[in-house]
Order: sequence, then C-alpha cells, then structure tokens
Amino acid sequence: MNILNILKVAMRSLNRNKLRSFLTMLGIIIGVGAVIAMMAVGRGAQSRIEEQIASLGTNVLMIFPGSSNQAGVRGGMGSMSSLTPDDLAAIKNQCSAVQMVSPAIRTGGQVVFADNNWATQVMGGTEEYFAIRNWPVSSGQYFTEADVRGATKVCVLGQTVVDNLFKGGDCIGAIIRIKKLPFKVVGVLAMKGQSAQGSDQDDVIIAPFTTVQKKLMGVTFLGMMLASAISDDAMTDAQSQISELLRSRHKIQAWEDNDFTVRSQTEIASAAESTTQVLTILLASIASISLLVGGIGIMNIMLVSVTERTREIGIRMSIGARGRDILFQFLIEAMVLSLFGGLIGVILGVSASKLISVLAGWPTVVSTMSVGMAFVFSAAVGIFFGFYPARKAAMLNPIDALRYE
Amino acid sequence: MADSPLIISTKHLHKTYIMGDVEVHALRSVSIDIHRKEFVAIMGASGSGKSTFMNILGCLDVPNKGEYVLDGVNVGRLDKNQLARIRNEKIGFVFQGFNLLSRTTALENVELPMFYNNLTNKERTDRAMEALRIVGLADRYHHMPNQLSGGQQQRVAIARSLVNDPAIILADEPTGNLDSRTSVEVMEIFQHLNERGITIILVTHEPDIAEYTKRNVIFKDGRVKSDILVEKRRNATEHLKTLPAIGEDDAEEEAA
Ligand SMILES: Nc1ncnc2c1ncn2[C@@H]1O[C@H](COP(=O)(O)OP(=O)(O)OP(=O)(O)O)[C@@H](O)[C@H]1O
Ligand SMILES: [Mg+2]
Repeated sequence: MNILNILKVAMRSLNRNKLRSFLTMLGIIIGVGAVIAMMAVGRGAQSRIEEQIASLGTNVLMIFPGSSNQAGVRGGMGSMSSLTPDDLAAIKNQCSAVQMVSPAIRTGGQVVFADNNWATQVMGGTEEYFAIRNWPVSSGQYFTEADVRGATKVCVLGQTVVDNLFKGGDCIGAIIRIKKLPFKVVGVLAMKGQSAQGSDQDDVIIAPFTTVQKKLMGVTFLGMMLASAISDDAMTDAQSQISELLRSRHKIQAWEDNDFTVRSQTEIASAAESTTQVLTILLASIASISLLVGGIGIMNIMLVSVTERTREIGIRMSIGARGRDILFQFLIEAMVLSLFGGLIGVILGVSASKLISVLAGWPTVVSTMSVGMAFVFSAAVGIFFGFYPARKAAMLNPIDALRYE
Repeated sequence: MADSPLIISTKHLHKTYIMGDVEVHALRSVSIDIHRKEFVAIMGASGSGKSTFMNILGCLDVPNKGEYVLDGVNVGRLDKNQLARIRNEKIGFVFQGFNLLSRTTALENVELPMFYNNLTNKERTDRAMEALRIVGLADRYHHMPNQLSGGQQQRVAIARSLVNDPAIILADEPTGNLDSRTSVEVMEIFQHLNERGITIILVTHEPDIAEYTKRNVIFKDGRVKSDILVEKRRNATEHLKTLPAIGEDDAEEEAA
C-alpha cells in the first residue's frame, strides 16, 4: 500500500470521528503551543538583554562595594562604605585605561511638583555619568562639573518622572521638591524604556552625587561606581588597573579578598542572559510535559480505535494485508493526529506569543528553530505513542480478528 | 476432473482447539484433492468443521498437523507475510456476513485487495469497475454497504474476491443470509465465474444450493463422510427464469 493511500485512509478514519480526533489532538495542541510560547518569551527576554548590552555600551565597568564571593556582604552598610570619593578621584587620575568614571549612588525619594506626587529613585553621579551610560537629553542640558563640585540642587529627570509630575507641561527651569528639598530641573533624558529585568529605566532623577550624598542621604561613601574604558579592547586593562589601585588604596594584603567588585556590563548581562536561558529551558520542559500527556492521549485513543476496528483489520488481513501494512496504517493515523495537532499548536503558540507581547509589553521572539523542533517533537510523539497500538493491531491473528464481535 | 492440474491437496489435516481442559477436534485427518476449475460444495452438520477447513484452505488459519499444498506451494512452510501474499494473489474470500468495510463505497471495497499490491490508481479503478460489472453492480459503485441490499452486498464481496484474479474463490455460507431467489442469483454468478475457469469452493447447509455445484463433499465430526460428483447439475440462469421476479423489482424501484 503506498503512502498516499495510507494517508487517505488515515484522514478518512480521523474525519469520521471529528470531535474525538480533535480532543485527542488537544493535548498536542496545548503542549506544542505552550512550548513555542514559552520559548518565544524566553528568547524575547534574551534578545532584550542583547539589545541592552548594545545600548549600554560594551566598554562600561561597574565597581561595587563588597566582595563578589562573600554572599550577603554587599548589602551590609559596613561594606557600602568601602568606596569613597577619594577612590573615585584616584581612579580618574591614575588608571590610564579608564576614560570616565562616575559614582552611581542611589536613594529613593518622594518628589513633588505643585499638586503632583511621585515616588521614584534618585541617582547621584558626576557630569560624566550621562556619557558613560550613553544617555542623551531630549531637552535642556546636563548638570555641570561646577554643579558637582558645589553640590548644587539641580537635577535631570527621566521621562516617566516628567510625565507624572508635569502631565505634559514644560519642566525645564521648574523647581521640584525631592524629599522636601527644592531642586531645579535643568534637563530631561531621552527615553530608554524597560530594562531586561522589566523595570522602567526612565523612572529616575539624576543629580550631582555630592548633592545626593550630603543633602539627601547624609553619607560620605559612594554606593557604586560606573567607569568606561578608553576602548572596548582596554576593558581588561581598565578592570585590572582599577582592581590594583583599589587594593593598594584599601591596603588589602595579598591573601585577602577584595572589598569591592569590578564587573563589566557584558559580564552582568551575560549572567542575566544565562539566567533567562535556564528559565526558558525550565518553562519549555514544563510545557513539554503537556506534550507527553498529549502523547498518552493519542496512545489511548489509538488503542480504542484498534479495538473498535478489529473486524476491519481482520477483513484487510483476509484479503492480503500484511502485518506491516496494518502497522503503517495505524502508525500513520497516529502521526497525522500528532502532526496536525502540532500544526495547530504552532499557530496557537505563535498567536499566544504575539498576544503576550501586546498585553504584557514583553517582547517575544518565535524562532524557526522552536517551530521546527515542535514539529519534529510532535511527529516523534505520534510515532512513539502510536507504535504500541499499531503493533497490537498488526500482531492480530486474521481469523481471530475476523471473528471479533 | 483428473485431467486438470491439482490446485488444492490436503493430507491428514488435523485441527484441535483447546478450551480449558476440553479438546475440541474440529478436523480429524482431512485429505482432499481439488483440481483446477472444480466447483465444490462442502456440506455437513453444524460444528462438523466446515469453517475450520475453509479457514485453513484460505490461509487464515493453520492446521495442527497435516500438509496443505496450494497450487504447488506447501503452505505449512510459509511465514505470515508469505501467507498474506498468497491470500492476496491466489485466494478470494466470500463470507456469510459479507464483511465489507462500512462507510466505504462499493468501488473502494472492491479496490481494497489491490491496495496491497503495486498497481496504479487507474488500473485499480478499472479492474474494480470490471469486477463490479461482472457481478452486475457497475451502476452502484458509489453506494455505501448500508445503501445496498444483502444480495447486492454479497455481490460486492464476490467482486472483491475476484478482483485480483485468484486461482480459487472460497465462500463460507455465501447464501446463508440471503433469501432463496437472491441465493440463486449469487449461485448464477458463481457458475459464470466457474465457467471462466476459477476454482470455487463453498460451504452451504442447503442441499438445493449444493446442486448448482459440480461436487459435494460432506463433513461429519471433522472427517469427510462422503465425496460425490453432482449428476444432475442445476443451471442457475435457467432456474431464475422460472422464479417470479416481483420482490427484486420492488427493491429496484425503491432504490431508483
Ligand atoms: N476458535 C475456536 N475455539 C474453540 N473451538 C472452536 C473454535 N472455532 C471452532 N471451534 C469448534 O470447532 C468445531 C468446528 O467448528 P466449525 O466452525 O468449523 O463448524 P462448522 O462446520 O463451520 O459449523 P457451522 O455450520 O455451524 O458453521 C466446533 O465444535 C466448534 O465449537
Ligand atoms: Mg461455519
């Protein structure tokens, strides 16, 4: 029996039990759909991170207080103080591979303008902070070195803050209150959108770090620093120069751990990337369980079908069908079920991905690889779970099958 | 008959079914020779082993003991696939209960045996239509079994049995579910096919049906009790002329 005829027979017998065929396929449909949607969400997160690496610049280094291999230390106040403004100046002056450096000291605060309230975070940096983060202003200008030296109460607003405080009105030159202190708005930052972790990067106010330290927080240390290397190639040099310098400044002995951590953005981003990768695999494996359940559903229905059609099998055998012909007939039927389910599942998965990206504002990327894999997988499920019932049919004794009531 | 070559030769066939502690001897040493172009009726009481014998002849079942040579091939030495091939190429089966695939047209039912050998779609359809023409059902080719009368269904089954040009047609009570006129019509078809050179073996309970054949073998308790040639063979075509045709006409009108 040639494959086309077998296919025709399979299609017809599935067509006879439309509802049953559909319900059988449902498991595969949901399984494949879920796998594709999950992979698309994961891939979307990954591509978002990749984009961010590009937008952050590949030459940015982060310097955290606290050791990287002492869990929990970074959060403690003691270690928060390990980086000082003098360290900052030293890095700026002595590290030849470092082009720019800025603190990134962070505090939360309630901001008020007229009747409008907004809780946001205030970031303290130098005038170089903007260049390091590659962040242009959309209107107004940055604060200046003089502002940093004089700890003046000026600030640059992120777009989200502007939207919430000014509701579309003009904000340059306005006086807002951050933690009750008046600050003059000098500029508005261009939109950056969501970060890889899903937070709104535009929900921020940037002010001279001296102002943030003294006026808002009342501390002398720096939380964290951002530095940029003079070029991408100088990244490792910059990293080791900073490490060396800070070790000697902090008088750390050779056997002691650093009390700070220097990391490149790429390192951090790729760490985040591998986290999402793990997450993607996890989601996909959970989703593939439903594919497995779908396969069991197919097996179940094929077993019922073999029993129901025992007489048909007997008739076919009595006129010359070999065991092999019967095996193929039922195997192809199972495969048609699972592949058809796979096809609908792909459509469902792709639509679900689109829907997720619209509703959740989360980018999704449906890769051809995941579609291809879903197909191969559902065909494999069909073969695997269809084989046992098909074999059972093929092993029937013609005379017993014919006598079956 | 001895002038035609042997097509079936069985020697001391035994078939025993074991049901728990009881052994049922369905066949006890059955030896029969059947030549090409013979038309044999197998008769006997219920449970005498007729169906068991037919199933062995049809390669659907295997004997526990004994030898069966079909058309020069010792069937006992063949594996499952080879048996399937023999069923496909050399044997046509007609059953009491028709055994057509439901929800499948007459034409497709007749085409079925040809799906298991390599023919083009056109060849297959042509040959199936030709077989339907032989049994007089060419105009009903697109009907489903449940749209056909019992006699018509049996004719479709006969068309299916002869579509692969078999050496023998085996029919187990082919008229068992049919009224007497329809039975004679089916016998008419068998007589025609036999005249065309096909060996036919059928099982029947009705002595008058057996009179349309050429040789009657009577089974008793799994043995051949008697084996006789029919002296005054009935001609189905002649006999049909003497039968009133009312019933058939009504059915035809309704169907049309
Ligand atoms: N599958 C089976 N299992 C057990 N016993 C069987 C089986 N098939 C047939 N028999 C027994 O074998 C004997 C012969 O059965 P068979 O069907 O050949 O009779 P038969 O001559 O065709 O009868 P009938 O005219 O009623 O169709 C019977 O006693 C029957 O009970
Ligand atoms: Mg019987």
